[in-house]
Amino acid sequence: MTTAPTTYAPTTSGGQRGVAVELTGLRRSYGPVRALDDLTLRLAPGELVALLGPSGCGKTTALRCLAGLEDPDGGRIEVDGKDLTRVPTNRRDLGMVFQAYSLFPHMTARQNVEFGLQLRRQPGERRRARAAAMLDLVGLSSQADRFAHQLSGGQQQRVALARALAIEPQVLLLDEPLSALDAKVRVQLRDEIRRIQLEVGTTTLFVTHDQEEALAVADRVGVMRSGRLEQIAAPQELYSRPVNDFVADFVGVTNRLPGHAHGHAAAVMDADVPLLSGSATSGAVTVLVRPEHLAVRPDAAGGAEVLSVSFLGAHARVVAQVTGGPKVFVQVPSRAVADFSPGQRVTVTPVGEPALAVAREEA
Amino acid sequence: MAGPVSGQRAVMRRRQNAFRWAVVTVALLFFGAPLFGMLEFTTRDASGHRTAATWSQLADLGTISQRYPDLSAGLVASLWLAVLTVVMMLVLLVPTMTWVRLRLPGLSRTVEFLCLLPLTVPAIVLVVGLTPVYAWVTYLLNGSAVWLCFAYVVLVLPYAYRALDAGLRAIDVRTLSEAARSLGAGWGTVMARVILPNLRTAVLSAAFLTVALTLGEFTIANLFSRTNLQVAMYLLGKSDAQISVAVGLAALLFAIAILFAMSFVGGQRDTVSPLSRLRRHRQEPT
Repeated sequence: MTTAPTTYAPTTSGGQRGVAVELTGLRRSYGPVRALDDLTLRLAPGELVALLGPSGCGKTTALRCLAGLEDPDGGRIEVDGKDLTRVPTNRRDLGMVFQAYSLFPHMTARQNVEFGLQLRRQPGERRRARAAAMLDLVGLSSQADRFAHQLSGGQQQRVALARALAIEPQVLLLDEPLSALDAKVRVQLRDEIRRIQLEVGTTTLFVTHDQEEALAVADRVGVMRSGRLEQIAAPQELYSRPVNDFVADFVGVTNRLPGHAHGHAAAVMDADVPLLSGSATSGAVTVLVRPEHLAVRPDAAGGAEVLSVSFLGAHARVVAQVTGGPKVFVQVPSRAVADFSPGQRVTVTPVGEPALAVAREEA
Repeated sequence: MAGPVSGQRAVMRRRQNAFRWAVVTVALLFFGAPLFGMLEFTTRDASGHRTAATWSQLADLGTISQRYPDLSAGLVASLWLAVLTVVMMLVLLVPTMTWVRLRLPGLSRTVEFLCLLPLTVPAIVLVVGLTPVYAWVTYLLNGSAVWLCFAYVVLVLPYAYRALDAGLRAIDVRTLSEAARSLGAGWGTVMARVILPNLRTAVLSAAFLTVALTLGEFTIANLFSRTNLQVAMYLLGKSDAQISVAVGLAALLFAIAILFAMSFVGGQRDTVSPLSRLRRHRQEPT
């Protein structure tokens, strides 16, 4: 297993207001289960980092440790150079948006946003102006006097975001804030979160299990498994240069094709595929090839048979069974969808984009 | 086919309606007849003529406290007991139940068992168990009836627990408190400004139940030889039955008024409480 290096030079997206965050060797166990296993992660000032991973991988635990809602068994949490490991939540100066709707039901949207400012004893006029500005930022000025039950799910999460940002937190923590929303609202709010984060420049940790969400909004995405970071990188790099088969499988769709490595390439389906660094360089390998890195053409003498063709809007997906081999997913332009039909013989070949190869034990 | 089926349904509906009314009538008679009897008894003089003398006497608080000092002392003690018991019950139960829900969910069954236990313990057994405790209470404080509040807190635990538990189940205590904490609130602020306002209905229900139970309690006070309202009424019954019954009827009407207030507050929860609507809207799209 490859653990990603922790000293990436991140792409800072925001302004100058963000602060650096550093989690070093964080450990947390629940009985025999290790939720965090020596996790090390650094967020640059103003950066938005998304933690991605399957259920139980420890991403939410990491965020809750940073928030102070969980006590780590070991390790260190630093924000802007200050050790916050044992500082209680209410003194950490962090803003948080939760997965569950968390607006206080007995308060209006405005009162919710003002809550944190009241605790900081801000004078009434300044408090009201700040709350109005925050509600304006999330586009809900007209809903300021509504209670939570009078707002839709998306609006509630917007107010929760405004409430978290109103206190001008050093770090913004987003714990799957979009998962309870329907697909359309999720995309809208996702883009809005990114716009606002860029505008205010707050260092942000975003936890999600939705890879599309993570890839769309984050400066860097960290993929977690069993309490450890498997890889952390910019979205494009993560997608095109996964460090291991878990990351390749988890981020995007991957075909696992048998091949034979020879140096920096592998022979796969009668073609040579260049291999990414970190790949196995000799012997039997499984090559992880993206659907868009395969080509398919009708061929009566071809070595594969079309199982299904799905029209997906901008592109289409052909699923074919290679004779004596695996089932493969191939992405084709949507205009080519009429060229294929189930039962048709086709030839599938890699287009030659670099791919990761992992050693395969011969049967 | 539709004709006979709808006819059968109409007959069934009529039967159900008749049954409902029958049950309501029997219940009203069962509960109303004794009350009517009490009213009848307190509005007749010795020669059987209708009179409002007993109730006029009861309404004149100055006179009644002079003529029946035990009654007014019992009433005052019961009112103090109600206030103290409500305060102690809320101070004990609300933070405990919230904390158990937040931090010690594994203990919730144990706490529930402990709170429901007094239901299974007869009052006389409770008194036997509490006697040494009250020997110390009398020694350290005094023999006043108001210290019965310690015993009454135990007595009301099952009812108050149920009411508060229903309220806590209706809100996402964990998320709300974590949200408040992340905004800078200490635990005191979380309780006072976030949890309690959202438990308003449950707290009121628990308080009303406690008041009703405290005002009606007789056995423990009598066995501990303390004078509360019920004990005073019992003693008064031996010398002036009409006044005693009139006070009993007034106390009953007061308890009924409290129950009505409770059902009114409960009804409010269904119609205007933000909580129920919040839950309804949770899965709805924009």
